[in-house]
Parts: sequence; structure tokens; C-alpha cells
Amino acid sequence: MRRWNWRAIRAVMRKDLQQVRQNRMVWLPMILVPAILDIVLPCVMAILPSLAPQDFASGSADLAEFFKVLPPSLQRTLGSLSPVQQWVYVSLNFMFAPMFLIVPLMVSSILAADSLVGERERKTLEGLLYTPMTDGEIFIAKVLVSFVPACFIELASFAGYGLVANAAGYRVMGRVFFPAATWWPLVLWLGPAVSMMGLGVTVLISSKAKTFMQAQQTAGVLVLPMVFLMIGQMTGLFFLGVGAILAAGFVAWLVGAWLVWIGARTFSRGELIVRV
Amino acid sequence: MEPILIAEGLTRHFGRLVAVDHLDLTVYRGEVFGFLGPNGAGKTTTIRLLNGILRPTEGRATLLGFDVATQGDAVRRYTGVLTENPSLYEHLTARENLRFYGDVYGYPEEKLPARIEAVLEAMGLADRADEPVGAYSKGMKQRLAIGKALLHEPPILFLDEPTAGLDPAAARAVTAMIAQLSHQEGRTIFLCTHNLTEAQRLCDRVGVINRGVLQAVGAPADLARQLWSGLRVEMDLHSEPSGAVWAAIKAHRGVRQASLVDGKVRLELESEEAIPGVIAAIVSAGGRIYSVMPEEHTLEEIYFEIQGANGASLEERK
Repeated sequence: MRRWNWRAIRAVMRKDLQQVRQNRMVWLPMILVPAILDIVLPCVMAILPSLAPQDFASGSADLAEFFKVLPPSLQRTLGSLSPVQQWVYVSLNFMFAPMFLIVPLMVSSILAADSLVGERERKTLEGLLYTPMTDGEIFIAKVLVSFVPACFIELASFAGYGLVANAAGYRVMGRVFFPAATWWPLVLWLGPAVSMMGLGVTVLISSKAKTFMQAQQTAGVLVLPMVFLMIGQMTGLFFLGVGAILAAGFVAWLVGAWLVWIGARTFSRGELIVRV
Repeated sequence: MEPILIAEGLTRHFGRLVAVDHLDLTVYRGEVFGFLGPNGAGKTTTIRLLNGILRPTEGRATLLGFDVATQGDAVRRYTGVLTENPSLYEHLTARENLRFYGDVYGYPEEKLPARIEAVLEAMGLADRADEPVGAYSKGMKQRLAIGKALLHEPPILFLDEPTAGLDPAAARAVTAMIAQLSHQEGRTIFLCTHNLTEAQRLCDRVGVINRGVLQAVGAPADLARQLWSGLRVEMDLHSEPSGAVWAAIKAHRGVRQASLVDGKVRLELESEEAIPGVIAAIVSAGGRIYSVMPEEHTLEEIYFEIQGANGASLEERK
């Protein structure tokens, strides 16, 4: 079996990333969404108590519902905090954690759509298909150029969120309080899995989509499960503890890998060339 | 002559459409082979089949001994393809485009910078090599696309409509470049075109395809001999022939047809053996002959004669 030509794979990845830098439609959402999640959201959550001090002084009814689903150890931690501190701790550590998954999901989907459909839309795919790269090498390059940056951006976004959350909440908390233990499996396990899932769905969509926008919009429905997780956690329907995150990550990895595998099986020159 | 490409019964269906129908073809090393046909005739599909991009429904083809259906990746190492669309990355500079394709084709890394400079120089793009390709004219893009196809020094080049959409000056520059590639560098060129003037100028042999069927293949002069049994000559008599001269010409047994074109007498003769007799007849009738030139059929005439046969091959017509 022939070994993969990593020089060619790296060349395709480098070229695709250069293309992303040139296309505002692609990079703007990848900057805006993390910026809103990392900067705007933690600042708003930290400032809210000072805007309505009476509401927070006696404890929030919404938080009481949320407390009920927390594990006992966490309930004890929260019991030692004032209502305002509870709000800052819970909102910044738990409430918006599922929303954070939107970052790797969105980034991998956008990059995959640009790399796969964009190449066809810009009429450069045919030239690539005439090169000696195998179908597998082209596919690997396209998958990696979507997955690796998505993981990097997720980590950078996590670091940014952590800095802003601690800085914004420091006046109330008086200490570094972020991240809670649940963030580590969320960022290192579930996030990449969700990214893989977004990538898999986009790969499948890309074989039919005619334009980058069409592929991106169709892949956008993937945000809905993340919104459901966020609403579920905020309303106290469930709590995403370490165990739940690990289990969700396992499922997401399986689904993502299965989708990418299907995509790889259907990714062939013969199919691609007739759509050029 | 050494064959570089052999196709035997190569066929490709798309559903019920037969895009290429039992194509038998041999292309020899170092020749410029013109693949002529109208839009939708099957030219581009043939290129895709011969490069292992599409799998044949039936038949087989080998390029440099590699089976195009099962060894497509190996085949593409030895082919350079200019697609109808230049397939250039417009956000990259010319140098970056060539660097990318050099990496993808696995050109030796240490030699690649010098090779890129050589290609840029040969294509006349060295002074604008660091500008994004998006800012190039169509002619410059086409020259760069040819450079891209040549970068890894393939022994065979496939050029799909290389002058389509170019202005006359750009088309002329590209045609000159192709001529240079073939005559000075000895590269095999498989030229798909419906520009018959271009094909006439460049091609050693041509194949005419229509609706997926190869209707004729050979050197233009050979095809003309197959299509027309006689010989056409043009005689310069410096003036319109007198009635006696016309009568002498038409009475000669070897003359099939005689006409006056642009002040010169054009004769369709049964064979070149008729020439001395016709000359003698004209002279004895009082005519004076200043020149006698055999006239070859143009590729355009050959092409339309073949296409006019409603898809029948030359063999079938015999």
C-alpha cells in the first residue's frame, strides 16, 4: 500500500488556509462568534448583579431550580458563597458551557464547506483532481484543514473565555474561580468530538451543495442540539457533569467518525469531476 | 515511432448517454495529436479517461505502459493537463501557484525554486510573478496554466481548448508556445480543440470525434487522400482563359472539374498523372502557363467533409 504523500497534503492545507485568510465571509464568523462568547457574554454575566443588586441579594429563583440538579459536592461549594457570587460562579462556569461547543462546531463546518465546496465554486477543483494525489490524500488534507484549526480555535477561545471570565468576576469572587472541573473534558474531549461531527455532516452536505453558502447554511442546523443542551442546563432540566460530558463525547466521536468514514467512501474523483 | 498512449475500445457511459464510444487510438512519442470535434463530442471526457480521473465503462487504455483505470495516480505523475478552465488560485501569486503544484506533484524540493523561475521566464511572467493571479489578464492566466502543466516536466501534455476565449494576440502567443514545446522540446502534445486553423498549424496527426465516436484519424494529407481520390491544382495563366483554352481543359479526360477562382484556374484532376496532359492541352490551345501549384485540402475542409458524413467513420464510408 502506498504511503501518504504528506508534502502534498501539507501543501493543500497551507493553500486552503491562505484562501480562508482572503475570504471575509469565511473568517469573519470565526472571529465574531468566539469574540461574543469569550468577551461579551462573561462581561454581561459578571456585570448583571451590579445592575440589579436587589434581585440578586436574596438569591435568584432560577438559580434555585438549577441547584437542584447539581451534584452534592458542587451544592456544598455553592452553599459557602453569597447569592451574587453564586450567580457569577454558576453562570460563568456552567450555564453557557454548552454554548461554548458552538465554536468548534461552527469553525470546522465553515472550514470544511470552504475547502470542499469553495474549491469547486472557485473552479480550481479540476486542477487538483488532475494531480497525482490520491482521493484519500485529498480527503485527508480537506479533513485536517478543517479539524485542526477548529481545535486550535476552540482552545484559544477557551483560554480567552477563561481570562475574561476570571477578570470580569474577580471583583465579586475575589479569586480565580474558572474553570470548574467540567470544563476540561468539555474542551479536550467533547469539543473536538463535536468538531468532528460538524465536519462529518459538512462533508456529506458538500457532495450535494452547489455553493459554500448553501453548504454552510445547511450545516447550520447542527447548532440546534447545542442550543438544546444550553437551554436544558439553564432551566435545570439536567446538569452536564464530567460523566455526562464524557458519555456525550463518546457518542459524538462515534457519530463524527462514522459520518467522516461515509464521506471518505463517497469521496472519489469520478464523482467529483462530473460536478465540476 | 514509439507509442506513448494506446486506447482500445475505450467507452464511457453516463446513464444512457454514451460520451465516448469504443475509442481506438494510438498517440506516438513526440507528436502533436489534434483531437477535433464540436462541443459535447467527448473530447474532455476522453482526457479525463486517459488521465484516470474517470473509469471507463468498457475497454482499456495505457499511458506509458500504465493502465489508466487502475494506475491513475501513477499516470498523472507523467501527464500535464491544461483544463478548459485554468484552475489557478487567484488569491495566490504566480510563484505561489507554481510552488503549490510543485509540492503536489512531488517535484524535488531542492530543485523546485530554480524550476519555478525557469517556467516563469519561459512563460514571460517573471516580472509579475509576485502579483496575485486574480490581477492577471486572461492571456497571462492561460500562459501560467500552461506553465503549471509543464512544471513537473511531463512527457505528455493534454491541452483542452488552450486558446478558447483569448483575444487574437494572446491566442497567437499561446499557439507559438505550444509549437515551441513540441518542436524544440520534443514533448508529446494531445491537443483538444475546435479551432481548426490552430490545429492545422500545430498538429502532425488529427482525430475527429463526434458524439463520442472517433470518425477518422491520421495525418491531414492522408485523411484528404482518403476523402478525395483526385488532386487539386491551381494554374496561373495571368488572365482569364480564352474559350479555346477552356474547351481544351474541359475536354481533357483527366479533368473532373474546372473553375476560375481569384483569377486563377482551379482544376480537380483524377490524379497527378493528368497534369502533363492538361498543360500540353492548354499550351496547344494558345494558353500560357506561369505556374502550376498542387493545392492541399485544408484541415477545415477535411473536418467538415468528415462531419458531413453524419457520424459514419471513414472506414464505414469506404
